[in-house]
Amino acid sequence: MAEKMLTLTGNAATAWGVRLSRPKVIAAYPITPQTTIVEYIAEFIANGELDAKYIKVESEHSALAACIAAENTGVRTFTATSSHGLALMHEMLHWAVGARLPIVIVNANRAMGPPWSIWADHLDSISQRDTGWMQSYAENNQEILDNMIISYKVSEDRDVMLPSMVAEDAFYLTHTVERVMIPDQDLVDEYLPPYEPEYYLDVNRPMGFGSLVMPDNYFEFRYKIQKAMDDAREKIRRAVKEFREIFGREYFGLVEEYKTEGADHVLVGMGTLVSTAREAVNQLRSEGEKVGLVKVRYYRPFPFEEFRDIAQRVSSIGIMERVMTFGYHGPLYNDIAGALHPTDTHPYMKNYFVGIGGRDITVRDIKAIYWNLKKSCERKDAREIEYVNLAGPGAMPVEKEAVEKKEVVQ
Amino acid sequence: MKQYTWEEVLLTPITTVPSDEMNKTGGWRTFRPVIDYDKCIRCWICWKFCPDAAIRIDKEKEVPVINYDFCKGCGVCANECPKNAITMEKEV
Amino acid sequence: MIEIRFHGRGGQGAVVASRLLAVAASYEGKDVQSFPFFGVERRGAPVTAFTKIDDKKILVKSNIYEPDYVIVMDPSLLSAIDVTAGLKPDGVVLINTGKGIDDVKKLVNANRIALVDATDIAIKNGLGSRENPIVNTAILGAFAKVSGIVSLESIKRAIEENAPRKKEENKKAAEEAFNQVKIYSEGGA
Repeated sequence: MAEKMLTLTGNAATAWGVRLSRPKVIAAYPITPQTTIVEYIAEFIANGELDAKYIKVESEHSALAACIAAENTGVRTFTATSSHGLALMHEMLHWAVGARLPIVIVNANRAMGPPWSIWADHLDSISQRDTGWMQSYAENNQEILDNMIISYKVSEDRDVMLPSMVAEDAFYLTHTVERVMIPDQDLVDEYLPPYEPEYYLDVNRPMGFGSLVMPDNYFEFRYKIQKAMDDAREKIRRAVKEFREIFGREYFGLVEEYKTEGADHVLVGMGTLVSTAREAVNQLRSEGEKVGLVKVRYYRPFPFEEFRDIAQRVSSIGIMERVMTFGYHGPLYNDIAGALHPTDTHPYMKNYFVGIGGRDITVRDIKAIYWNLKKSCERKDAREIEYVNLAGPGAMPVEKEAVEKKEVVQ
Repeated sequence: MKQYTWEEVLLTPITTVPSDEMNKTGGWRTFRPVIDYDKCIRCWICWKFCPDAAIRIDKEKEVPVINYDFCKGCGVCANECPKNAITMEKEV
Repeated sequence: MIEIRFHGRGGQGAVVASRLLAVAASYEGKDVQSFPFFGVERRGAPVTAFTKIDDKKILVKSNIYEPDYVIVMDPSLLSAIDVTAGLKPDGVVLINTGKGIDDVKKLVNANRIALVDATDIAIKNGLGSRENPIVNTAILGAFAKVSGIVSLESIKRAIEENAPRKKEENKKAAEEAFNQVKIYSEGGA
């Protein structure tokens, strides 16, 4: 099947990414806003366009359990979920990592309740950052499809053998139609060879999986996971490079720097807000501002080397997060600060919580963040966190006049 | 328990060694099941229910046979036998 | 970039209309984005859908606040919601209605208004019923004429490749609406 350009929602693009990757088992359970992913996949299977077994399960926990069992027999598997569904799978997420099964799932990033919400927020996938799953965040529908294929390749590498989560923002990607290039199936087959694990369930070669291990040896098994995650960084860079060579689309690796040459200040973000931020940076640059954008494509493994390098070239880093974790700052802020601690470079850093619970992020919001960052950096403002567009005291406001006057400080 | 280095352990804990070479858990028993072959009707329910797969079917003699190397004496077979052909006797 | 907002009622095909428009524009080499109002929906409730069309890549992924065009697929919405909210000063409201401009101006405050009786055209072509007319293809034909940013040919091709049934009737409805739509501007037509 030759490549073709279609206009698709993020969910349809995901289904195509799945189809092109040729999994053998799909576990399906619905949850807004990912349900149509598994519906499109069902259509592909019914039409004979995807040769896979489709298992309708009774919960997300079962969905991942089914994938784990199937993957353990030596076949490629897939499932999709979101928000509370991902949370329900949590125990099985740990299992997939410990069992070293390269399952790839798509998570539609949706807020956690209460309050009940179906809108875009990263807390669901961020909550799973400790499990050992690799995590990538897509900026547009094309990237979801491409990330799926790249994820299978990296996950199934014998030196990695860790599962991957491809994250897409609820509604901004899942339900938004964009132009997507569907790659040629033959090229995908060339890029992504069949899954061939070393160990799998086989009645002719009986084995027991998931055995008890005493404290004497547990640490050693877990160290291997840590090492795999560390080795994955280079594997990702290589897989992305190969992807560009075969398909022509450049993803730069774990991180993408946009207009950072000569930038005094950079904004950092993940997911669709990056796309809107590009427009904001374009406008600011045309106004003479020395600002750049850092897109975090992979949150796990964390791209610490890239941030150490960027930190040496800028005066400040404004970290925009579509997630609020509790206890101390946001996930990206904490990880970047941790990565910079052992070095001599400590640019001014500020944490911006924005778009929480699906609140729309506009070009003006991002420009406001930039003006706030610039001013705060100049004043060495001790305030470390801003709550963008929050209604009530303590918020960073984004009124039109303030943004135009570049006076967006408290 | 032997200490293995992280290079020595496998990808994930996998037991590949057949149970003959591992520790014989039959030593855990307090009561042992004994089959009365006169009452046994060869329904194979005991074989099906054994959680340790410690009962096998001897195809030649057509009888269920308990492997006392691994039977832990849980008593499920005695409980399930429809003819009460299995009794649990105290281990001496 | 041109931003278009559709107003309809759940089940009338507003979301399909926004998508078909995006598909049609993509045939002409434009970059497109279309999405429904992100939220829970049910039949009969007001539905909003959006389409963005641009010659260059569309980067902004936020909602549309100041549309260039507003399309009202169900005339009963005119008294229910403010369809012109955010409409740019020189923006156009395209309304499906059988009423005349003077009656419409009592309900809608905009400098440029376009009217087409898409319901009548739909029914004449056997698309839906008087209670549930399928007006989306007709309204897109009218939009092609009013805006000039996508051709009738592209609209018809989008219909041909995506309509599950009654392709000819839908294409005909688009063409008839294209020919029948009337544009009224403040200070002359």
